[in-house]
Amino acid sequence: MTAMISQLFLQHYWWIIVSILASLLVFLMFVQGGQSMIYSIPKNDIQKSMIVNSLGRKWEFTFTTLVTFGGAFFASFPLFYATSFGGAYWVWIAILFSFIIQAVAYEFRSKPHNLLGQKTFDLFLFLNGSLGPFLIGVAVATFFTGAAYSLNNMNQVRWATPWYGLEALLNVRNLALGFAVLLLARINGLLYLINTIDDEAIINRSVKGLISNSIPFLITFLFFVVTLLFSKGFAADPVTGTIEIEKFKYLHNFLQMPVVLILFLAGVVIVLYGIGITVLKKSFSGIWFTGSGTILAVFSLFLIAGFNGTSFYPSLHDLQSSLTIRNASSSLFTLKTMMYISFIIPLVIAYIWYAWKAINNSKITELEMTSEEHKY
Amino acid sequence: MIDNIDLSLVDWSRAQFALTAIYHWLFVPLTLGLSFILAIMETIYVKTGNEEWKRITRFWLTLFGINFAIGIATGIILEFEFGTNWSNYSWFVGDIFGAPLAVEGILAFFLESTFVAVMFFGWNKVNKKFHLVSTWLVAIGANLSALWILVANAWMQHPVGMIFNPDTARNEMVNFWAVLFNPVAVDKFLHTISSGFLLSSMFVLGISAWYLLRKREEQMAKKSMIIAGVFGLLSSLMVAYTGDVSARTISKVQPVKFASMEALYDGKSNAGLIVFGVLKDADQKIGEKKAWEFAFKIQIPGLLSVLTGGDRDAYVPGLKDHISGNEKLGIISTAEKIQSGKFAMDALKSYKRARLINDTAQILAIKDAFKEKEFNEKFWRYFGYSSVSKPEDLIPDVPGSFYSFHLMVILGFLFIMIFSVALYLLFKGTISGNKWFLWIAFLSIPLPYIASELGWILTEIGRQPWIIQDMMTVSKAVSQISAGTVITTFILFAVLFTGLLISEVSIMVKQIKIGPKH
Repeated sequence: MTAMISQLFLQHYWWIIVSILASLLVFLMFVQGGQSMIYSIPKNDIQKSMIVNSLGRKWEFTFTTLVTFGGAFFASFPLFYATSFGGAYWVWIAILFSFIIQAVAYEFRSKPHNLLGQKTFDLFLFLNGSLGPFLIGVAVATFFTGAAYSLNNMNQVRWATPWYGLEALLNVRNLALGFAVLLLARINGLLYLINTIDDEAIINRSVKGLISNSIPFLITFLFFVVTLLFSKGFAADPVTGTIEIEKFKYLHNFLQMPVVLILFLAGVVIVLYGIGITVLKKSFSGIWFTGSGTILAVFSLFLIAGFNGTSFYPSLHDLQSSLTIRNASSSLFTLKTMMYISFIIPLVIAYIWYAWKAINNSKITELEMTSEEHKY
Repeated sequence: MIDNIDLSLVDWSRAQFALTAIYHWLFVPLTLGLSFILAIMETIYVKTGNEEWKRITRFWLTLFGINFAIGIATGIILEFEFGTNWSNYSWFVGDIFGAPLAVEGILAFFLESTFVAVMFFGWNKVNKKFHLVSTWLVAIGANLSALWILVANAWMQHPVGMIFNPDTARNEMVNFWAVLFNPVAVDKFLHTISSGFLLSSMFVLGISAWYLLRKREEQMAKKSMIIAGVFGLLSSLMVAYTGDVSARTISKVQPVKFASMEALYDGKSNAGLIVFGVLKDADQKIGEKKAWEFAFKIQIPGLLSVLTGGDRDAYVPGLKDHISGNEKLGIISTAEKIQSGKFAMDALKSYKRARLINDTAQILAIKDAFKEKEFNEKFWRYFGYSSVSKPEDLIPDVPGSFYSFHLMVILGFLFIMIFSVALYLLFKGTISGNKWFLWIAFLSIPLPYIASELGWILTEIGRQPWIIQDMMTVSKAVSQISAGTVITTFILFAVLFTGLLISEVSIMVKQIKIGPKH
């Protein structure tokens, strides 16, 4: 019984770690959000250079968080890794493609003899900035809306459509979350630029951009949340593990886990507060509020997806194949070993914070773009 | 239970993984080694306060940066391809294999990527010591990430520290330290990072030689050459030593791969070590598989027996011993192993059936059997053989293994010579005048890349048909998607990677021509 409890505890513990990584990833996609506006915010090359350099100092954090999110998911819930990656092939490959072109674009764009030309590398940044957050949003939406697969008795995945995941793009709720994540990344991107760049023209245009991105963000986000509250969910019987359809499952989850509901609402309010003080009070610190709010809101959405006996990856093709944190997790031993390793995470966050502050303690200026040696 | 597999799907999935891995490995070794070279150079700068060393460090840092990003880009695909293309594998061993990947992310990648930002942008923003510490942390982080991924790869070559759970149909980790200190992992880590150090030293040595040939930046070139020469010589000696240890380990844990590396069909005592040889078609076949023999060879008599068994009389088993068995040596024939594997598979099938009809007595009986030592040692360890149809399928590509191994070793000895001569000429003070040597050093830049790729080719083709030695064949590990899908992504990756590689080389060459800033 003790072993049973601790396995269950560890499954929840690891779902929390995965959720934290996911929420940090969505926040850090401000880099992508910023990239998606490199054709609209700057009006000349020097302004573009300031924006790219400001974002370019952070791209590796987002990238590393994505890799770690993948690694942690693999280690703690390997059946999800095998099922979703091996089945929804095209969605994940498209996400990967958008990140490969990003990784080189910063370093190569302004270097002489880069073969493809700066315009191509800027296009890479734009594509990664737009497609990355959108596709990740669509992929995460399938945690709620489900996917068409089945598992055989050796737990091997068979995908039920020849589109290998692309069919997710036909679901309007998936699209809504995809756009919401993209728009949120753009909002965070604008707030980040306002915080780090000392240039009035860029700041003014960023504030305007905040308004035009916030309205569609609210529409798509609210559409997703409202339909989520009214939608059915896949619930696992706590004793047998049998999956059954439960009406208003996600609404029940919020009500049965009031702490999560409070976190979610607080997250949304703080996101809006950050936007509000930037637009109304010309504050430079909106990113810290909206960023924290993003983390809280995404974190609580992940808890709603996986906690309270909910299937976090429902199968639309074979109900009993649906994945829960119980049936998809690693063994007790592996989860425990990994838990000890995870204790180092606060130290990692501490040194990231320290290094971040060290680099961002002065704002990016026009002067720096003409004098700094290592620039993108 | 396990469906028939489309062979072209397996081949294309392998091709895609190989493509990604080969491209990834064009960039990673330079990151592993150049990061330490930078750390050493910057340490000299901080200790002496000599601005010239700062200038030298910053020049090599520019080249490091160009190479670094593309290594990351290709690396992320490898991680995700375990899921996208090898999903059955990911489930079967995810409980063990996933952990090192996650640790890599948490412990190593963040260290590397956080401090690389300080290294690039921090020159005027943080103090000298903090910057130096950051450079060292990048080097440590990069090499730590190599550790974890190599632990994962070593586990595939020599699986340890786990038991099979019939309920979940997967292997589960029971001993983390056994996985981490797997003898193959230790050898592989030391051999791989030292080969990265070697490659980077040759990179620095060769480019510096080019400056001397062009009579440009002579001070910088000579100073860089001293660091590269010393670091390179030490690394190349370490590569040779760890390579030797690795080969001995392989002879124990992957004897079929070992016999293929040596193209040794007939086992023998007093076996000679092949220095080099050329293979030709042999008249005979093993089963339906073509066999090879030497058209010519240079060998050191008895040395293979001495190296693997301790004396000249030691018998080194050949491929035929492993396929047909050798009672005297206690080598079981592959046919018998296939029978044992099938028995293990039947036990698993019976277990699944019993679960389906809820036959409690049967469930408990089989579950107990899975825990028994005898069942595990006699049958379960050969589980993977249940999907091997013919014994000769166990023989990997012999010429591929043989040539990749021997070319790698020959190049390894050449590198020791090049670094030794470089140091000799540097200390004599005559290196600038030795045009022939400068040209050799310059033209040798690609050679460690070739040697390093050959090492991986040997590692991966030498263990075919296994994805996990004796436990799972590649054909059982593949994701069940259409071959057409994989062909499409293969082409996309090939075009993209090739474009990026050409772009990278072009930028690198231009930066070298521009030279360090004044």
